Amino acid sequence: MDKTPHTDPIQSWTFSRETNSEIRRAAASGIYDIRGGGAKRRVPHFDDLLFLGASISRYPLEGYREKCETSVTLGTRFAKKPIELKIPITIAGMSFGALSGQAKEALGRGATLAGTSTTTGDGGMTPEERGHSEKLVYQYLPSRYGMNPDDLRRADAIEVVVGQGAKPGGGGMLLGQKITERVAGMRDLPVGIDQRSACRHPDWTGPDDLEIKILELREITNWEKPIYIKIGGARPYYDTALAIKAGADVVVLDGMQGGTAATQDVFIEHVGQPTLACIRPAVQALQDLGMHREVQLVVSGGIRNGADVAKALALGADAVAIGTAALVALGDNDPKWEEDYKALGTTHGAYDDWHEGRDPAGITTQDPVLASRLDPVEGGRLLRNYLNVMTLECQTLARACGKSHVHNLEPEDLCALTMEAAAMAQVPLAGTDWYPGKPGF
Amino acid sequence: MNVLDASEISLRDINTTLQNAANTRRNEAYEIVNPRGSHAIAVGLDGPISVTIKGSTGYYCAGMNKDASVTVEGSAGPGVAENMMSGVVTIEGDASQYAGATGHGGLLNIKGNASSRCGISMKGIDIVVHGNIGHMSAFMAQKGNLVVLGDAGDALGDSLYEAQLFVRGSVKSLGADCVEKEVRPEHLELLADLLKQAGADASPQEFRRYGSARELYNFNIDHAGEY
Repeated sequence: MDKTPHTDPIQSWTFSRETNSEIRRAAASGIYDIRGGGAKRRVPHFDDLLFLGASISRYPLEGYREKCETSVTLGTRFAKKPIELKIPITIAGMSFGALSGQAKEALGRGATLAGTSTTTGDGGMTPEERGHSEKLVYQYLPSRYGMNPDDLRRADAIEVVVGQGAKPGGGGMLLGQKITERVAGMRDLPVGIDQRSACRHPDWTGPDDLEIKILELREITNWEKPIYIKIGGARPYYDTALAIKAGADVVVLDGMQGGTAATQDVFIEHVGQPTLACIRPAVQALQDLGMHREVQLVVSGGIRNGADVAKALALGADAVAIGTAALVALGDNDPKWEEDYKALGTTHGAYDDWHEGRDPAGITTQDPVLASRLDPVEGGRLLRNYLNVMTLECQTLARACGKSHVHNLEPEDLCALTMEAAAMAQVPLAGTDWYPGKPGF
Repeated sequence: MNVLDASEISLRDINTTLQNAANTRRNEAYEIVNPRGSHAIAVGLDGPISVTIKGSTGYYCAGMNKDASVTVEGSAGPGVAENMMSGVVTIEGDASQYAGATGHGGLLNIKGNASSRCGISMKGIDIVVHGNIGHMSAFMAQKGNLVVLGDAGDALGDSLYEAQLFVRGSVKSLGADCVEKEVRPEHLELLADLLKQAGADASPQEFRRYGSARELYNFNIDHAGEY
């Protein structure tokens, strides 16, 4: 018997088990992998930043005693009726169709209870959503599914969607299994067919056209509604500058961790920039044009807690938007459905086949039985609690930095744990006064 | 006749006047002179009002129109009658790109030619073009009818859904999943009605019908080469 010691089996880093499983899946199916959610790969993120806190040179505010404001007003540039929110956290656009009616209602209820806005998605505005959302942002998307002037006037703001972080440059696909009669009717398409959402708008191309499109939307709505422009994290400096030039009241900037209802995995993981890398260039564009705080910046893509909110605000955002986190608060990927997740060949926390409409949590589905698992009233309560906790966390950090309003947080309050995060956030590497690319070094 | 002079009154004031007049539902008539290619003129009208624009317009004239009757005595820029819901929009001259884009209803009557992407993503509107239409017209068109008395450019009806296309002249090429279909009596009846509404001098029997082959309705990897 050979007694020579053997090396332990070594898995290839390049050809990891996950990589090999994808190769086998591709070989067997002949089609790329489609899934929901945002980038799952590890990218530099808010976790790589720390607040410095107060010290001799900065004095803190007393927690629970001294006021730390959280309100934010969006749309102060041109709109006659800007949106006033109690907290700097909004709910991102997600469609009825991708989500169940109950989930949309829960988002509206939770946002309203917390004093913030929610947003429609591709597929139009439902009466339930409008009814349960005190402040509702109406998305103006390339597909224009369900678009009509009555809903436009019923909205509190209009968000022209140019791109999203999960897939800058890409459209969407709602697979036939989620196209019920109601969803199909709202989109003027037959039941059961795959519904493509176009990747660019049908009646304008480029920033000069966009300026005229915004003029039209304002003329239709009596210049009352704030006009947001949502961009994916592709070229944040130039896209922000062009959005401002086109007449935006608000720029919504979505990094690559931002979710989608469904697109190709290769798109989600390989196109766009991390949220952390997008904020400073966008703020720079606002500052260069003298528009910082006059045109508000809303950042989304991987916001999970009050620390993320505070860090995004410190880097120059006026507010953040959450999508995936809001769904998790409602019960998405909850371990209590583990048996069902296993039956689908996955596990809680990893379930991302939102496009298939078999969501055990009843959120990303149009199946009435599954959808009934989510009680919209209870869902609204959960979301409100979660939003309140995030706000309290954000206030706690702001007070620790001596700020009486969360908008007073600034880059100077931060340091970075890694070179990458230091470079992206343009704040010093911890223990130094330097970051890569800092002028003068 | 109420006359609004665009060389003297701001776009905001013109649209406010028209929108308020439409809301009264008194079916008043307005004339806009000196439009000078203004963008977004006569947009968002919601009610029975008659608007005649004495000259050419810029982008998005009569956008999102409901119930109103808007006539352009000239040519119209890109996106005329975009997302129209109902009513009638008539262009005496030519229309630029994206005419009737995403329109949900009503009649867009173009007496001249229409440029590329006419009827793109249309969702129920009827469009009659007395002249020719450019390339990629009726791209991803979902519902409604596009009638062309002249010729159609390249890739007509690419990725078409349930909209119906009728062309009297030649079609340079059909887009992915767009095929010629049989003209049945109900189509002749529909055509006769649309031609009459548009005041078009043509016989329904002269048209060929195109529609979706419905091969691309559900994604199939074997069709990837079509795109």
